[in-house]
Amino acid sequence: MSTENDSQGKLWEVFTQSKQGAPHEHAGNVHATDAEMALQNARDVYSRRGEAISIWVVPSDQIVATSPSDEDPFFDPSNNKAYRHPQFYSTPKGVRGF
Amino acid sequence: MTNNLDNKMREALFEYLLRLGDDRLILGHRLSEWCGHAPILEEDIALGNIALDLIGQSSAYLSLAAEVENKNRTEDDLSYFRNEYEFKNLQLVEQPNIDFAYTIARQYFFDVYEGLFLEELAKSKFEQLAGIAEKSIKENKYHTRHSKHWVLRLGDGTEESRNKIQTAINDLWRFTGEFFEETEVDEILKEKNFAPDLKLLKQKWNEIINSTFEEATLSIPESKDFATGGRNGIHTEHLGHLLAEMQIVARSFPGAKW
Repeated sequence: MSTENDSQGKLWEVFTQSKQGAPHEHAGNVHATDAEMALQNARDVYSRRGEAISIWVVPSDQIVATSPSDEDPFFDPSNNKAYRHPQFYSTPKGVRGF
Repeated sequence: MTNNLDNKMREALFEYLLRLGDDRLILGHRLSEWCGHAPILEEDIALGNIALDLIGQSSAYLSLAAEVENKNRTEDDLSYFRNEYEFKNLQLVEQPNIDFAYTIARQYFFDVYEGLFLEELAKSKFEQLAGIAEKSIKENKYHTRHSKHWVLRLGDGTEESRNKIQTAINDLWRFTGEFFEETEVDEILKEKNFAPDLKLLKQKWNEIINSTFEEATLSIPESKDFATGGRNGIHTEHLGHLLAEMQIVARSFPGAKW
């Protein structure tokens, strides 16, 4: 991602919370030149019809992410090592519903 | 509540509701002209949202106006089949967009006024009017936040952005005197506590504008020459062009449905 500001401003990632206690979930992104504008744009683009009760905006370049080349070593769950997975425990009846 | 009005009150109220409806209809239409042309996509959506809010408010005032008039006209008749001299909006709101700075200056002047006005209108003894005001207050808070931050950004931004917003302010300043003008209509409605006293809003409006402009490093024009006439149906040359575009479909195909 270019860190140069183009004429549209910086890119910001938008997270919206749909109800009290629910997690903020990634909704998409917006352009803006400052934090206040990012919040307003996020409100207009992702919560115009009352979809959110709270919004976070984060400058996209502040997000640390894995790269596609990490895929194999980073995400390999070591399926050949059965002891890493809790499948030998039986689930008590009381919690089956979950 | 519109059944037991005497004729004098009915006429005054109708006139008053036209003013309120027309201000928002014309300003909303002006903002809608940005659709597809705003500097960035997000701002396009923001201006469109504000335009829709204003047109929605205008629809509430004009349908109440039609009810008060009681002559079988609808809000659509009032919007599309009145001529220029029958529109009672402020001259400020019909001023062309010119550029983004003009649009923001026009909007900020109106938003601050609207905030102070609605607060008072919500106390109106004419219940339906108070109801519409109450509903619009929330929308206005958002509109003001949007336009205020743009004034700050442009004023305290680059030399170019500062020049542009200052030029717009200087040019539009003369249209802000109309906010606080009252006519006989206001007197009739004020007697019954139906309408607020506009003169009381002026000082507060000036204070808010002063403090924002100070923060934005902008200056208030010194001119005390203010334009007038909108409330009497006298308009600048821009309204006719706007109406031609806004009304042509309804007038070319009367009664068309889609």
